[in-house]
Amino acid sequence: MYRTALSALLSHWRRHPMQLGSLLLGLALATALWSGVQAINAEARASYDRAAGVLAQDRLEQLVPTDGQRFSQEVYVALRRAGWDISPVLEGRWSRAGRSVRILGIEPLSLPAGAAPQPVAAGGDMAAFLSQPGQGFAAPQTVAALDGADGLPPLTAAPDMVPGMVLVDIGIAQGLLRAEGEVSRLLVAPAQPVGRTPLGEVAPGLSLRAPQAEADVANLTGSFHLNLTAFGFLSFAVGLFIVHSAIGLAFEQRRPMFRTLRALGLPLGALVAILAAEVLILALAAGLVGIGLGYGIAAALLPDVAATLRGLYGAALPGSLSLRPEWWLGGLGIAMLGAGVAAAQSLWRLWHLPLLAPAQPRAWARASARALARQGALAGGLAVVAVLAGLFGQGVAGGFVLLGALLLSAALALPGVLALILGAAERASRGALAQWFWADTRQQLPGLSLALMALLLALAANVGVGTMVASFRLTFTGWLDQRLSSEFYVTARNEAEAGRLHDWLEPRSDALLPIWKIEGPVRGRTAEVYGVADHPTYSENWPILTGTPDLWQSLARGEGAIVNEQLWRREGLRLGDSLTLPGGAERALVGVYSDYGNPRGQVIIGVEDLTALYPEVERLRYAIRIDPEKVPDLRRALVDEFGLPADNMIDQASVKRFSLQVFERTFAVTAALNVLTMGVAGFAMFTSLLTLATMRLPQLAPVWALGLTRGRLARLELVRALLLAALTMVLALPVGLVLAWALLSVVNVAAFGWRLPMHVFPADWLWLGALALAAAGLAAAWPALRLARMPPLRLLKVFADER
Amino acid sequence: MNVRLILVLMVWPFAAIAQGFAGLGQGAEGFATPRPGVALEFPADHGAHPSYRIEWWYLTANLKGEDGRSYGVQWTLFRSALAPETREGWADPQIWMGHAGLTTPERHFVAERLARGGIGQAGVTAVPFGAWIDGWRMQGRAAEGRDELSALSLTAQGTDFAYDLDLTAEGPLVAHGQSGYSTKSESGQASYYYSQPFYRVAGTLDLPEGPIAVTGRAWLDREWSSQPLDAEQKGWDWVSLHFESGEKLMGFQLRSTDGAYTSGTWIGADGRAEPFEDGVLTMTPLGRARVAGRDLPVRWRLELPAKGLDVEIDALNAQSWMETRFAYWEGPVRITGSHRGEGYLEMTGYE
Repeated sequence: MYRTALSALLSHWRRHPMQLGSLLLGLALATALWSGVQAINAEARASYDRAAGVLAQDRLEQLVPTDGQRFSQEVYVALRRAGWDISPVLEGRWSRAGRSVRILGIEPLSLPAGAAPQPVAAGGDMAAFLSQPGQGFAAPQTVAALDGADGLPPLTAAPDMVPGMVLVDIGIAQGLLRAEGEVSRLLVAPAQPVGRTPLGEVAPGLSLRAPQAEADVANLTGSFHLNLTAFGFLSFAVGLFIVHSAIGLAFEQRRPMFRTLRALGLPLGALVAILAAEVLILALAAGLVGIGLGYGIAAALLPDVAATLRGLYGAALPGSLSLRPEWWLGGLGIAMLGAGVAAAQSLWRLWHLPLLAPAQPRAWARASARALARQGALAGGLAVVAVLAGLFGQGVAGGFVLLGALLLSAALALPGVLALILGAAERASRGALAQWFWADTRQQLPGLSLALMALLLALAANVGVGTMVASFRLTFTGWLDQRLSSEFYVTARNEAEAGRLHDWLEPRSDALLPIWKIEGPVRGRTAEVYGVADHPTYSENWPILTGTPDLWQSLARGEGAIVNEQLWRREGLRLGDSLTLPGGAERALVGVYSDYGNPRGQVIIGVEDLTALYPEVERLRYAIRIDPEKVPDLRRALVDEFGLPADNMIDQASVKRFSLQVFERTFAVTAALNVLTMGVAGFAMFTSLLTLATMRLPQLAPVWALGLTRGRLARLELVRALLLAALTMVLALPVGLVLAWALLSVVNVAAFGWRLPMHVFPADWLWLGALALAAAGLAAAWPALRLARMPPLRLLKVFADER
Repeated sequence: MNVRLILVLMVWPFAAIAQGFAGLGQGAEGFATPRPGVALEFPADHGAHPSYRIEWWYLTANLKGEDGRSYGVQWTLFRSALAPETREGWADPQIWMGHAGLTTPERHFVAERLARGGIGQAGVTAVPFGAWIDGWRMQGRAAEGRDELSALSLTAQGTDFAYDLDLTAEGPLVAHGQSGYSTKSESGQASYYYSQPFYRVAGTLDLPEGPIAVTGRAWLDREWSSQPLDAEQKGWDWVSLHFESGEKLMGFQLRSTDGAYTSGTWIGADGRAEPFEDGVLTMTPLGRARVAGRDLPVRWRLELPAKGLDVEIDALNAQSWMETRFAYWEGPVRITGSHRGEGYLEMTGYE
């Protein structure tokens, strides 16, 4: 009995392979995008966790300086002698001749148990590690990248090290970082001796910090991953629309079969159970395919994501993807859940289906005014949430609440708004055919509304993200022009060469501007401190956002400092505030400049001020002002006459090209996901129309019988789809613009630390509108063609059948 | 006291493995080696000898609490050099390790510290005498004109115990071997080795259940050398004993595959040292106990016929296990038999 029932139910799929295909494909696509994004996130998270797990600082408390500056190791010794079981850490960035790496200096003897980094715990020569010239551990790719670098201790590859970091003894680190006798922070062992002197009495400048579950970089990149997740979820939601319509259709079409099976004695519970099992099996199959596709998507996108994360945040990601259960199990789970949600409504209806109810498949019943009103109220409520989040929301989370509520609200409001428009059009129209067209379109709304909502979401996301990216690009290129005003940049290989280079270049250029910097903690986080020369290049071009009128003079006098927008926003600084530089010197804040593409804080002071404060600063880089036409000659002369390697110089155009390349890669992922989302939405539309086309025959047959040709009807169907898509596009536009605003003014500020002016690009909308129409047209073409070629017999049968 | 020489020589590679580094303290050449006929010089020799590879300040105390119970305390500072020199800052090749133990009849508390030289975290000064690592201190407080080690204050803290003791010497320093040149094996390894075994102690132990005032006696060993042990030597058993007669005994046996090598010094109540050669002292294990997963002889018979000595020593707490990077047994013992008294026993190399 059950076997018979099962084979009867499954025979449906044999006869409708297209339906089966769309169901599986929809679910697989939805799962693919979701699990692909999750795979990328999981990979990144694992990499951050590893970074956080270095020195077990995710488990250990730390003593950190309250002023954010490095402090004397005497403080460490004093604390040890006062009974504190602590271990010193010194970290900073080492760079020379264009190569740069993070140095992590540890003291292996005092490291708390289990805090020793893997390569140290794994073995090695302790004496070599402790004694000059020391020994460095680094990830294999970092060792390769630093191959031949002067001044570093011999490096040993350690696969478990975080890329971009070299682990050395603290004494070696002090030499490399020119921080003799200095310490960044202290790790606190979990079990402390009894009778310690209180911290405040020994080291009043330090405070105890709780274990950090996440590395700084995880905080920095959190918004980026949230971004990806949001996109993944959007795609999944869109995919669910497809699944919902496919399952709905399959249930509707099998109603006569259900009735027959029930009449033959199959218990209702058994029928529901068989159908539920069918959905689960389909979901499992589709989910597995989806995970496979997701892996492909993730593997294809990962290099771009890695490039973005490195470019924007300095976070290093491995180039390869591993199959982590956290995302593939999650992907499978969400596929099942999605299919379950999509099938729940149909199963519920089946459960309540009276045995003798007419088996006539009805196109989804026209949603009652009440249902529409309820949906409208929900949309209104969400809109209020969105407004509240926009007004009072904090940080990235607030931004995403705003985005989520906005998009959902818009999607939910769509059917109601479309119904109003179509109702108005119906009232305004003249002639029976026109009135029938509007009324019939409105009648179809409930069936199409899910697909249209999906389309709205995809279009709005496209408009929003597109506007953000384009605004960013416009601002970024303008900013590059300001920032890279010098024509040529050179880097000497060592201090002696730098001196000769300076003397050699002086007579051959209009101006020689030092680009010298140190790195150190400013307000508790690592920042770069640059020194600039007193030259019109800066006062005329530098992208100042706000500042005192005499800020460049103030810098030249060594009295003031300007900071980048990120630092300014993050610390809530105001002009005139006092800023503590690494080493303890204080400068008044006299200006703020924009600094896109840089996750870290940056401070600029006068170059004389820089060399006075930090006499050990590396003086290797110069920007050269020169007639652009003389650049090729200068380059040749530098190579041939001076003997500087070509790698050590770069012209303005190359820097710009490189910067834009980084920028494009940054948004390549976004663009790819955008296209995929549009694809999914188009597919949703297609399956919905296909579903409707089969069910609408009873409604079309009378119109056909009244004399409208099949071709005419098909054309009307096509026009209808295009019309609905166009209306949806028009409605998506404002939603997308609000989305863009939220991304630029809320999410970006929280995520990156800079605020961008919003530019609108109507030409892009036209293009997107055309794309939406094309998608709708393509989706409608096949059902319309089938209608045009439908044998008249089938239309006649509508009247002949006993329904 | 070559047992401790072995201890430290073995500790470093072990500590190094525990820390993830192999070969610490090995392979560095150019260290000074002890020579016979070189007189010890005080107070200079109370301080560190960085040109020798290893050195220690090793103190054990047998104490009686105001509650009438017996206690034992150990305080040790080891120095191990990667190179025979000192330098400023982290580049200093001197490495320091502290061990502290506190034994009660029921419990045994252990703490361990490691520190680099050159930054002030650990070190030893001869005048005024001071040895320290982190918050642990052995501080000289000798009166003007007296030996720097004649009076000390001693303190150490672990996560669950601490002690703070005052020590006053009631006798002279004792040089082992030939005026402090102590031969270690038949193949000629040697160290400089002297002791101050005549301390009277008063102070406080901080236990989880509260502070306890204690009095008793203590024994300080000073030794430095550069030479490693023979490969066949598996471990050792070492004792420092205070007899009620006022006499004292330092003795040890080195267990190797082909038997044991014994040696030691008999110390008269007036501080006169009578070193004895291999084979004079007999040490026989009597009773074993299960300690940290191995069987250790925590009861011994000691015979030194020349002095009419035939005693049994018995651990106050059989579980006096020093669970440090290089683990060993070290704890107070009671003496019964021809002589009565108390002392300390150390055992290593039992697997």
